[in-house]
Amino acid sequence: MFQLSKEGLSFVKKELTRYEDKRSAVIPALYRAQEEHGWINDDVIEHLAQVMEIPEAHIFEVATFYTMFNKQPVGKNHVQVCCNISCAMAGGRELLGSMLEKNHVGLDEVTKDGKFSFSKVECLGSCGTAPMMQVNDDYYENLDQKKVDEILRGLK
Amino acid sequence: MEVKILTEHYDKDEYVTLKGYQKNGGYEIIKKALKMKPEEIIQLVKDSGLRGRGGAGFPTGMKWSFLPKNNEPRYLLCNADEGEPGTYKDRLMMERAPHQLIEGMVISAHAVQSKKSYIYIRGEYTYPYKVVEKAIREAYDAGFLGKNILGTGFDHDMDIYRGAGAYICGEETGMISSLEGLKGQPKLKPPFPAVQGYLRKPTIVNNVETLACVTYIVKDGPQVFRKNGTEKSPGTKLFSISGDLQKPGNYEVALGISLMDMIQMAGGLKPGRKLKAVIPGGSSAPVLTAEEAQKAKMDFDSLAAMGTMLGSGAVIVIDDSQCMVDILSVIMSFYHHESCGQCTPCREGTGWLDKVVRGIVSGQGRVQDIDLIETVAKNMMGRTICALSDAAAMPAISFVTKFRDEFEFFVREKKSKVKGDYKIKGLSDAQVHH
Repeated sequence: MFQLSKEGLSFVKKELTRYEDKRSAVIPALYRAQEEHGWINDDVIEHLAQVMEIPEAHIFEVATFYTMFNKQPVGKNHVQVCCNISCAMAGGRELLGSMLEKNHVGLDEVTKDGKFSFSKVECLGSCGTAPMMQVNDDYYENLDQKKVDEILRGLK
Repeated sequence: MEVKILTEHYDKDEYVTLKGYQKNGGYEIIKKALKMKPEEIIQLVKDSGLRGRGGAGFPTGMKWSFLPKNNEPRYLLCNADEGEPGTYKDRLMMERAPHQLIEGMVISAHAVQSKKSYIYIRGEYTYPYKVVEKAIREAYDAGFLGKNILGTGFDHDMDIYRGAGAYICGEETGMISSLEGLKGQPKLKPPFPAVQGYLRKPTIVNNVETLACVTYIVKDGPQVFRKNGTEKSPGTKLFSISGDLQKPGNYEVALGISLMDMIQMAGGLKPGRKLKAVIPGGSSAPVLTAEEAQKAKMDFDSLAAMGTMLGSGAVIVIDDSQCMVDILSVIMSFYHHESCGQCTPCREGTGWLDKVVRGIVSGQGRVQDIDLIETVAKNMMGRTICALSDAAAMPAISFVTKFRDEFEFFVREKKSKVKGDYKIKGLSDAQVHH
């Protein structure tokens, strides 16, 4: 069973009173739970529903609507490669393909050591510095094969 | 040819801090504005002809005047959900000048008499989120936010809210749904948000750049604002220029500039390449051919007259090394992914467009598919709650009509006219176009 940490719990309680309507706290709560658990599953939703006194169905529909909530486990480094127009034109998809090959892993899957997962992502607003990728919260821009190899090698 | 008004101080690192912003003239206009009557500010904004910088180009002063004339609480909502593919100007503004946005918001909030505002920022913008959040705290500490701002008796609270990765939340009623803690599904209009918005209270939704402009209009007056731009598209605007160029980036220019001058400003094309097409206003805007691009002027009405749109100011330049069928497949897969699913023509239509274009690009296209794309797209227009359906249909129609030869070639030869039998290593066809 998933349970929020003590700090996580007090964060969520605070968010419940931060906005005009307590349902607005669902997205921040899901973010917090994801930080602690890595992804959102039924356990997480059940726990948040109890803590927040909001129906599970409501939390479920929000969690599944928004792309940033992972509905399956991700690697310690969740690498999201932009494959939208400007990045695709600049070779973003080719970089993603090479990452999958080099790490012997499929799209949206986690490497055996748990270190990486690779996904396609829609435009992240770095079109002038294409191609780009996001690793967890951080943006990496103006990529090429050499730079990608270096970045991934440098990640723990 | 750059006209740096909003971006004048963006190269200074100190501008991001409250002190640095003040050192460069920041938080001076708020003092003047809060002493003015709200209707005076609204009149200035109306006279300036400012049009929304987020995509639709709706006159800001007019939007504000739709608010009910009573004392009902109302909200100001800053649209920082920048998600239109090709657009990255609001990110720059928030990263380099968060206080410019806050000052513009407090002045605008006073104009519309709102005591509470939210900045709705897309979830992926973690860094700008932190920058703006810190700036809000600084502004509270300095007395530019909170109770009785600068002793004028005006109270205003501001908060920032993160989205979680949904393009549709950039649509103003989708954004309101999301801020309410719901799925980001747009709502039927009317009632418009100015009458019934966030929690059914009157709500004004404005883009980051729009709100930042308000400070300058109050500072210099509408006439100075109108010195740049055209009669119907006054002012300067930030353009996010990307694609096959030598110096892509954000450029602030006077509206009405010629597209070819803009391409030159961004370093021009790469050596040996020829211009093929330009998407002038983000992925939703109908594409222009190279020939049309020669004549294009970058303002709301000139582009509308050419059957396309200025949109969010995202200019994507495409040279002769690119395959138009491939690019359309990227765009269609995007809209299919981002359709919120509540209206049938959009949910089904984006799926069909994606499927048919994907079929062509993976070598399984039929001759009739090209017309099918057009028929499906035309049936998606004007039939849904929000504009996403039209936004998917417009590029589809323009690509297949203006670059029909590339689609016909792909269907006939089962390979790209430009790239030949090109495959992306490491990704299956299904994954490339997923």
